[in-house]
Amino acid sequence: MSITLSEKDNGYIEGFAGFKKNAPGSSLDWLQSVRERAITKFSELGFPTPQNEDWRFTNVAPIARSSFNILENGHDKVSSSDLTQFQFEDTEVAELVFINGHYSKELSKYGNLPEGVILKNLADAIESEQEIVKSNLARYADFKDEAFTALNTAFMEDGGFVYIPKGIVVETPIHLLYISTDEGTPSITNPRNLIIAEDNCEANVIEHYTSMTDNIYLSNVVTEIVVGENSTIGHYMIELESKKAFNISTLRVQQARSSNIRSHSVLLGGSLVRNNVHPVLAGEGCDSLINGLYMPSHRQHMDNYMKVEHASPHCDSRQLYNGILDGRSRGVFHGRIIVHEDAQKTDAKQTNRNLLLSDTAQIDTKPQLEIYADDVKCTHGATIGQIDENALFYLRSRGISKDAARDIILHAFTNEALESMGVDSVKNYCYKLVTNWFDQRKEEQES
Amino acid sequence: MLEIKNLHASVEGQEILKGLNLTINAGEVHSIMGPNGSGKSTLAQVLAGRDSYEITEGEILFEGKDLLELEPEERACEGIFMAFQYPVEIPGVANTYLLREALNSVRKYRGEEPLKHIEFAKYAKQKMEVMQISDNLLKRAVNEGFSGGEKKRNEIFQMQVLEPKLAILDETDSGLDIDALKVVSDGVNALRSPERGFLVITHYQRLLDYIVPDFVHVLVDGKIVKTGGKELALELEDKGYGWVEEEKTAANS
Ligand SMILES: Nc1ncnc2c1ncn2[C@@H]1O[C@H](COP(=O)(O)OP(=O)(O)OP(=O)(O)O)[C@@H](O)[C@H]1O
Ligand SMILES: [Mg+2]
Repeated sequence: MSITLSEKDNGYIEGFAGFKKNAPGSSLDWLQSVRERAITKFSELGFPTPQNEDWRFTNVAPIARSSFNILENGHDKVSSSDLTQFQFEDTEVAELVFINGHYSKELSKYGNLPEGVILKNLADAIESEQEIVKSNLARYADFKDEAFTALNTAFMEDGGFVYIPKGIVVETPIHLLYISTDEGTPSITNPRNLIIAEDNCEANVIEHYTSMTDNIYLSNVVTEIVVGENSTIGHYMIELESKKAFNISTLRVQQARSSNIRSHSVLLGGSLVRNNVHPVLAGEGCDSLINGLYMPSHRQHMDNYMKVEHASPHCDSRQLYNGILDGRSRGVFHGRIIVHEDAQKTDAKQTNRNLLLSDTAQIDTKPQLEIYADDVKCTHGATIGQIDENALFYLRSRGISKDAARDIILHAFTNEALESMGVDSVKNYCYKLVTNWFDQRKEEQES
Repeated sequence: MLEIKNLHASVEGQEILKGLNLTINAGEVHSIMGPNGSGKSTLAQVLAGRDSYEITEGEILFEGKDLLELEPEERACEGIFMAFQYPVEIPGVANTYLLREALNSVRKYRGEEPLKHIEFAKYAKQKMEVMQISDNLLKRAVNEGFSGGEKKRNEIFQMQVLEPKLAILDETDSGLDIDALKVVSDGVNALRSPERGFLVITHYQRLLDYIVPDFVHVLVDGKIVKTGGKELALELEDKGYGWVEEEKTAANS
């Protein structure tokens, strides 16, 4: 029996009552209690409105108005040959595949992971890796103030679980592939990923949200990453949802001493997208690199909400987000940097650059620095503009055609946000996505 | 090769070039000198095809073709090259990438095969030596963070690679020390040939010791007011531009 969620008639609460009984790990009291607290919080908070400062530029009314089904399994519609278009070339990966939020064992592959590394779907890990899951799940991603995180926590069913023991370098990239195939009434999934690296580890995890239909659905994602001392984790978010989909995602990273996170977001799909990135630099001497590229067109809305929290001394953070906006699209970059009292010698830098390709595209960019320490270096800069006419003329005066010159400038702009990606095959995949985006734009202009 | 007849150009409704005439034949080096704001860069930019200038009157023929009908890239492919007074920084685009794209665009226009990576590298290598361009400078983003001297050398390096028929140098000497000036001049002189024309815009006679012009023109207030041989440059340096204007006023009255 499928469960329907909507704001009308207490639909979320009633839906929860039905959901809870058959949810993964429903026999575990601690987990059920987390879910209970989360649904209570969600019903108190409700969906955010633009009166909420953190949601000033993004109105989620289209989500609040909808009703969504929680789907049953739908693996039968997908074969492994359907997956090729979503896979990276020339590289061996470990890959968990989720269809409409449900793990598919048949489509997933585990590659050549070092001994001791645990890669599983979360629903299984809840049972088999109970201790690790229990002490980390929902510990970092705040559901007391964040409605979407509360919603996810209440309704989480499955997702990726990665555990890397001390001192292990995982060469094989880990791909968490979420595909929507739904064609009926709007549906909701609440992917929940938990990635735990002990000390002195290295790994790369790619979250990838995409679709084989152009249906309306909501992917409400929460990912928690716990980075042990001196470990380096590369995280990739490739958002390629259907044209009509909603994607709300929250990445919460907890960093121990001297650890390193390299986060890359590429937002291309979806009608309404919100990308929350929230690293907490909790140990001394951490490094965070937080890069992103968003390219809304038509009527797409893409909101990047950064919350970079410096909680210890001697940490560096570097944010670079580039946006290309076309059509009647709207973009948001809200860059919060919080430097706690103890976080002396913080070095934080934020850059947000935007290129508007049409007169009707719009961007709101807002830095927000909250600094409670006195010996810190924080810089931020935002630019909004069109293609630089001087650069265009310079290239043309060297014999390069106007179209090619534009392409060169636009690609340089997108590459700036992508070139720091450490996994070449993923980087090349993203380059290709961007090239497709430009090609499609050209086609539309010509027709 | 180049014939400019009664050229009037304005920007934002303000006339800058006010009836300029100039003919450059293949093999000749012409120098234009003139006070700040007299319209030297405007002339250079108009020749290269900058569309922020409106041509209100006159014509420009390049090898008999109506230049004003051509897009900037077509002019470049026809063999016009302008070294910018202020070269533009293009973040994210490697210098070498720009050069290869440019060269191959020009080759394509002429119906020639594009150069492959290795062929291009070999070709560029010789030119790099002449212009003392390091591998590092070649790999860096176009003009980004280049020193003033590096930017100017890089412009002439591009000219070397593209081997234009007509080269317009807009104050390529400004801000160069004597060593850099020599490198730049050697780069220019290496290309001098009976098929090529040069238009050298400068404020300083010094450059013309190295790149010896056949003609020196004085541009004042959008018009060429005096033309002479290379000795005119010396005279201008000595006496400034005032006397040219006075002489002209005297002659007119
Ligand atoms: N794009 C523009 N917009 C507005 N005014 C312009 C523009 N380009 C040139 N001008 C004006 O036209 C006049 C001539 O400028 P131009 O740059 O051609 O002078 P120049 O002779 O090259 O001077 P300099 O010796 O300082 O390089 C100046 O008054 C300048 O301010
Ligand atoms: Mg000038």
